[in-house]
Amino acid sequence: MIPILFGITLLTFCLFNVFGGDPALRFAGRHATPEVIETLRAELGLNRSLPEQYLFFVKQIVTFDYGRSWATKQTIATMIGDGVGASLCLTIPVEIFSIFFCIGLALLAVYYRARFFDKATMVVCLGLLSISSLVYIIVMQYLLAYKFGIFPISGWDPDWIARWQFLLLPWLILFILNLGPSILIYRSVITDELFQDYVRTARAKGVRQDKVFTKHILKNALIPIITVIVIELPFVITGTFLVEHFFSIPGLGGLLIKAFQDSDFPVIKAMTVIVSILYMGLNLVADILYAAVDPRVKLS
Amino acid sequence: MAETTAVDTLAETAKPRNSLWWDAYRRLRRDKVAVVSLYIIMIYCVLALLAKFGLIFPDYALPNQGAQYGDASWMHPFGYDLFGRDILARAVHGIATAMSVGVVASAISLVIGMTLGALAGYFGGTTDALIVWLYTTVDSVPYILLIPSLSFVMGRGLTTVFVAVGLTSWVTLCRLVRAEFLKHKEKEYVVAAFGLGASHTRRIFTHILPNVTHIAFVQFGLGFVSAIKFEVILSYLGLGVESSVPSWGIMIEDAALEISRPFFGNLLAGTIFMFGLILSFNLFNDALREALDPKLKNR
Repeated sequence: MIPILFGITLLTFCLFNVFGGDPALRFAGRHATPEVIETLRAELGLNRSLPEQYLFFVKQIVTFDYGRSWATKQTIATMIGDGVGASLCLTIPVEIFSIFFCIGLALLAVYYRARFFDKATMVVCLGLLSISSLVYIIVMQYLLAYKFGIFPISGWDPDWIARWQFLLLPWLILFILNLGPSILIYRSVITDELFQDYVRTARAKGVRQDKVFTKHILKNALIPIITVIVIELPFVITGTFLVEHFFSIPGLGGLLIKAFQDSDFPVIKAMTVIVSILYMGLNLVADILYAAVDPRVKLS
Repeated sequence: MAETTAVDTLAETAKPRNSLWWDAYRRLRRDKVAVVSLYIIMIYCVLALLAKFGLIFPDYALPNQGAQYGDASWMHPFGYDLFGRDILARAVHGIATAMSVGVVASAISLVIGMTLGALAGYFGGTTDALIVWLYTTVDSVPYILLIPSLSFVMGRGLTTVFVAVGLTSWVTLCRLVRAEFLKHKEKEYVVAAFGLGASHTRRIFTHILPNVTHIAFVQFGLGFVSAIKFEVILSYLGLGVESSVPSWGIMIEDAALEISRPFFGNLLAGTIFMFGLILSFNLFNDALREALDPKLKNR
């Protein structure tokens, strides 16, 4: 836990403060005079030694005070606080729905293993995976919102309830983006269970085929399934950034894209650290969940 | 009569070349989907080479070959782009860009992942602890943030895409290779090699490594596909290749602005070319994984 935390901060620090070149030069632009750059360096704390800079960075993380964005001059903490709600509105409903939907479909595919349904599912999933996510967003926004006007093109409502109409199309797109990878992964995880001894035993003692799937295989596949879900979770926080950007949803992903486009150094740095630490926390939660679903796993 | 049986038995005993690779090859050859996919991949390779050496579409970079957003025709099925360049020519040249991104990026991650995984699994102890710490750290930063951040720091360009994707995607391979080495280093054949006086290097490279290369193959395919897909995202963020380089990512990025004109040439060309290559790679890789997986052998 602590070594990894140290690793994450060190990695981000090296990336942005050591290899990243002089941020003051980026910030000041090409035509800055040496004096301006010097003042900026003092302001950004860049004239201190690297260990001092690193300690300052750690202090920023602990106090959740990342300074201000270069582009909007807001404090980064507020920007991130504002973005979280919007991002979660977008991702959580889709994630929950698609977990159940994809596991169900994957179970069916394994049930009909090597038959038409299974093969068709596989080919469709691989096909879905072979198109860039950017294309789905561009085409669906153009066709469903712009051309046929079924959904609003983009927009946002500060009211939590009233914003659903702006979220419909992003939800649909996210769901479709999720289908390919999720079903394939769940299918392979469930297939791994199919040939275990306990499945043969269950069949031999006369458990009905559908019961074998829903009771025995599904329960045992839960551990790898939880792993998969946790691996996908960073996308719940950031991964939708293209969708957020295209539909002007004021979430963390849109924030990040804007930061990349504006070369907004402190925002990118803060986001990288925060999401990594969150991700690490999620992995811890997964470990606890393992113990909850599988009594053989002991927390050490 | 007796003679033929003798020959038959001889042929029978001489025939089985039952190495993992030979077995996988036989199973792959039976798999029609895999064979067709491999042919498609080869066609892509040939096109990329022909384009690279200027034998087809040498004028891909020249503007004003046709009207701005010119209409499609039989010879130019995707029409012309903003600068009047033939989109088909750019898409064909994009194969070379995509292939180089896929191959170089996954080669970088292959070298890092194999080396670190082998060292960690083989030597154990402090080396292992350090390498495990390193990959857990890299793995804790979601790659969807790490790759753009790295490209952002390095600045735009083809090399950046290679390095950013390559440096971040070695973790899975490293983990798998480490686990295999942990398992193999205790096996009799390695202990026997030690008994015969084989050095560490010899045991790692000539004895254990051939037994784990099948993992590298499958991971290489997966890395290839994800590198090409990431190039598109990086292009959209303005962190990918320079916009003068013919690339499907740039074409799809342009399409985002052109679609409301409406102009679909870039979108169609980029998507169709990418779809063909990635789908064949995915299908082939899937077949390869099944063929190489000893667990799935008799199912």
